[in-house]
Amino acid sequence: MEKKKLVIGVIGADVHAVGNTILNRAFLDAGFDVTNLGVLVPQEEFIQAAVEVGADAIIVSSLYGQGEIDCTGMREKCDEAGLKGILLYAGGNLVVGKVPVEEIVRRYKALGFDRAFGPGTDPQVTIDCLKEDFGIKE
Amino acid sequence: MKPILLIDFGSTYTKVTAVDVDTEEIIGTSQSYTTIETDIINGLNNAVALLKEKIGDIDFVEQYACSSAAGGLRMVAIGLVPELTAKAARQASLGAGAKVIKTYSYELTEGDLREIDEINPDICLLTGGTDGGNKENIVYNARMLAKSTGSFPIIIAGNRNCADTCREILGDKQTHVCENVMPRLDIPNVEPVQNKIREIFLEQIVKAKGLSNAEALVKGILMPTPSAMLTAMKLLSKGTKNEAGIGDLVGVDLGGATTDIYSMSFGLPTNGGTALKGLREEYAKRTVEGDIGMRYSIHGIVDAAGIERIAELSGLHEDRCRELIDYLSVHTDVVPGVDDDELEKIDFALASMAIETAVTRHAGRLEPFYSPMGISYIQTGKDLTEVKTVIVTGGALIHTKRTADIASHAQFNQNDAMSLKPKSAEVLVDRKYILAAMGLLSTVYPDTALRIMKRELIKDGTRN
Repeated sequence: MEKKKLVIGVIGADVHAVGNTILNRAFLDAGFDVTNLGVLVPQEEFIQAAVEVGADAIIVSSLYGQGEIDCTGMREKCDEAGLKGILLYAGGNLVVGKVPVEEIVRRYKALGFDRAFGPGTDPQVTIDCLKEDFGIKE
Repeated sequence: MKPILLIDFGSTYTKVTAVDVDTEEIIGTSQSYTTIETDIINGLNNAVALLKEKIGDIDFVEQYACSSAAGGLRMVAIGLVPELTAKAARQASLGAGAKVIKTYSYELTEGDLREIDEINPDICLLTGGTDGGNKENIVYNARMLAKSTGSFPIIIAGNRNCADTCREILGDKQTHVCENVMPRLDIPNVEPVQNKIREIFLEQIVKAKGLSNAEALVKGILMPTPSAMLTAMKLLSKGTKNEAGIGDLVGVDLGGATTDIYSMSFGLPTNGGTALKGLREEYAKRTVEGDIGMRYSIHGIVDAAGIERIAELSGLHEDRCRELIDYLSVHTDVVPGVDDDELEKIDFALASMAIETAVTRHAGRLEPFYSPMGISYIQTGKDLTEVKTVIVTGGALIHTKRTADIASHAQFNQNDAMSLKPKSAEVLVDRKYILAAMGLLSTVYPDTALRIMKRELIKDGTRN
């Protein structure tokens, strides 16, 4: 089967590179085709890259607390760019302050994201979710 | 003595350069007015006759030519995302010496198709999608192109997984399948496309443009003129295995209709804390500013720079500037004389602004990013701040005593500190217009071409 294609990166003015590098490695090892955009990635760049590589999912990292602002309107832009129904994940320190994970997930679902992950999530959890959403059986 | 004739068939002039490869000297140069309508052989014969008046009757043992006659190599480029494959396709075409009439992105409309048929390009470059990436767009555009009435060759250089499908769809057309111009995101792969463009140029376009008569005379029309310029600058920068080059450089060719900027540099960030964004740049890059030129595109300079700055630099009143500019846009063959005070001043201002605009567009930019961790920078395009040489050519820079002043506008400017232009570069002037000729010569005698350039491109201020 053709490898599922992921576009990953750290959104906004955020320069936290380490977690993203770890995710890149983990996704590659799990058998995905990964396009890593690195840090300081605007929404537009995620979307352009996803269009050109024909991505199946966009996975946004945000570590500096401004994620909600940075991610607002992303789903609508995806729809506009012809990426209707593309899988959108977000993970990291997605909100400011101590907020229960359920609340974070609720807020990001309201932004049109399919899934959101709190701080300290093991990459394997995200990989399992991807496989589930893509219908990939082990 | 081993004399070689190098010919540049231009759209208005045929320029010839005679070189003795034994002594590694330029024996002479001359030029003659040409039109494609009358047969460019006449132009060549006239130019050679003029040359022989100067240097005597010499039999040339070899002859090589480049051409930008009959509108040059006219192309359209089609991609998917404007900043990605469409840009890579455009850049690949420019680097092959083409004149890119228009670049299209996303799905072609019926209107776009009509426009392409009207343009009737020499070559159409169809791209879109990384390898294994988007398929729908390039296939859709192939279907559109299949409806085109034109008979131009189409190079298919997109997602490799759809190359065969596209070829099938375009079954009635002349197609050439080539490696993807952007196989992975942000990593352009321009060489295979450029080789294909050159192949098609040699096999078909030279003939189609009525240049084959000329071809019988010379050993072959090797490349489009801009490609010869690029070849020369690359050689000068990188050197050969026997002779060192002069390192990174920026080239400016200020013409009457367009301004071409070349840079030989990877242009990686020179400061820490700078993240590089966007399409990776080719070492040898060419951009063409179609709206910036000293005569036919004179109004484009004013639009870009503003009449205020032209007035300030020329020292003339704005209204007088406008009058002179309108005059020059019609009288395209005017070359200001030394005593022609006003025209000299206006041309000085226009040339300065043309260079500033074109080099600023070519060079990369920094964008400051304020984050909770402090300020960091994003760089798009090439950082040319450490480039030490700027080579200039074109009438407006040669028929003036103020070459260095004009060329200084290619350099870094504190008022626009985010624009990554050279900070302290020496200006070299191509007074004899030898660059294209040396590009041609280098295909056979690279060491000789390099040594001649090192000697003939003269630092401004030195008399020759």
